[in-house]
Amino acid sequence: MIEVKDLKKGFGDKTVLNGVNAVMNAGKCNLIIGSSGSGKTVFMKCLVGLFAPSSGHILYNGNDFTEMSVEGRKEIRKEIGMLFQGSALFSSMSVEENVVFPLDMFTNWSRKKKLDRVNEVLERVNLKGSNKKFPGELSGGMMKRVGIARAIVLNPKYLFVDEPNSGLDPQTSGLIDQLIHDITMEYNITTVVNTHDMNSVMEIGDHIVYMYQGQKEWEGNNKEIIFSKNERLNHFIFASEFLRDAKDMRMLEETGKIANDRNMAELTNENAPTLVPPPEEGASVTS
Amino acid sequence: MKKFLGDLGKYFIMLRAMFSKPENWKMYWKEFMYQCTEIGIGSLGIVAIISLFIGAVSTLQTAYQLTSPLVPISAIAQVGRDTVILEFAPTLVCIVLAGVVGSKIASELGNMRVSEQIDALEIMGINTKTYLVLPKILASLITIPMLVVLSMLLGIWGGRTAGVMSGIISADQYDKGLLEGFLPYNVFFALIKTYAFSFIISSIPAFFGYNVSGGAVEIGRSSTKAVVVSCVAILFADYVLSALLLK
Repeated sequence: MIEVKDLKKGFGDKTVLNGVNAVMNAGKCNLIIGSSGSGKTVFMKCLVGLFAPSSGHILYNGNDFTEMSVEGRKEIRKEIGMLFQGSALFSSMSVEENVVFPLDMFTNWSRKKKLDRVNEVLERVNLKGSNKKFPGELSGGMMKRVGIARAIVLNPKYLFVDEPNSGLDPQTSGLIDQLIHDITMEYNITTVVNTHDMNSVMEIGDHIVYMYQGQKEWEGNNKEIIFSKNERLNHFIFASEFLRDAKDMRMLEETGKIANDRNMAELTNENAPTLVPPPEEGASVTS
Repeated sequence: MKKFLGDLGKYFIMLRAMFSKPENWKMYWKEFMYQCTEIGIGSLGIVAIISLFIGAVSTLQTAYQLTSPLVPISAIAQVGRDTVILEFAPTLVCIVLAGVVGSKIASELGNMRVSEQIDALEIMGINTKTYLVLPKILASLITIPMLVVLSMLLGIWGGRTAGVMSGIISADQYDKGLLEGFLPYNVFFALIKTYAFSFIISSIPAFFGYNVSGGAVEIGRSSTKAVVVSCVAILFADYVLSALLLK
């Protein structure tokens, strides 16, 4: 679990993060969403230590990352895997060399054991047999999958994913989303995904943090988000007519399910679903 | 001026941060050897060509200027030797290497920065300054002096060949001139200069490449800036070292 307490970050006079409080749940896909300039990339870079926060605390399983020594941070970082927006593969290395790199750097395993592990993770991301290819020979989706393989090869506790769907077609995006979600469940990783892809939000958003002007505006999950009355969130998520229609359809579907769960028989008796209020557990923080 | 001082401060901070315990000695050694090959072997061809020609040209031009019958013909070899050892081999070769090696270092690191490869290494818990910058500087400090010594030898041989082929001086006269008034200190001085230049050639481009932000245009700009600043720093260091060590 990652806890963020009153995180602030500025560059010169400009404040980018203005007191963010959030919790990234263990074993879940935690999504950070927000429009461009909302501070989500800076937020993620603070989480992984690429930016030093101006103030506030980031706790990895209770250990304060912001207060740690360089060596302490190195230990935490060994438990972190990250997939970058552009995959960040080492262009002069083959797929196998890219994936084996963290093992070469941080383990004393035999060559055979390392290659077995590389083959295992490449198979997991459906890239079996691509060992000798170079990044230049791969498609965008394949590069993302190699990036995921490299990120998980050391069995990390935390997986950070920055814009996993940028530059991918909808079908490949869906596959990458599903892969991230499956891996999160399978390895019980705390996954943090930075995205503004609404398909990702609806499909893998176990826990969603919506950022607006450097602050957390809303927090919930992909079920709760469709019931949110937060105007900014609704404008951001359901920006087009098509998405608003899709939202209505999903609301009907969800309310139907919720109604069934609560044995609200009257819904089905009327032959047409009726919108009911959002679930009691309450989705939003500020909705 | 404020920006210059800020950059200078960042440069020294980068140099200070390079010195940390490697995560895995074997991987660092591999990177160091790779850089030695890239910088040393990769520059061998251009250094050989330049050295042969500067040696040849210095012999021909010295002969052209020494018209007095009072000056022995073997002086051509003496002048050519000292010119090559004191200035041409260390300074000219290092200025060329600032272009060849410097632009390569700056663009390689710049590209890694822009494509987030440096961030990827940082996330893994690797000190990127130690892993990416230090091997380049150490490899330069090892291989460039070797290249300069080779350049001295090839420059002198090029001068001898050009002198003999053009009929200006015989091989015996040239060899005699080479041994006359030879000061081993000149070689020592040239090597001191070379070590200073090697550090400049690798560390300044590394600084510019490591701190690139933006895209392809910025990588090109930083690469050009790295070469220009390195060349100016080499010339400045050349003057300072000559003033200090040649008294």
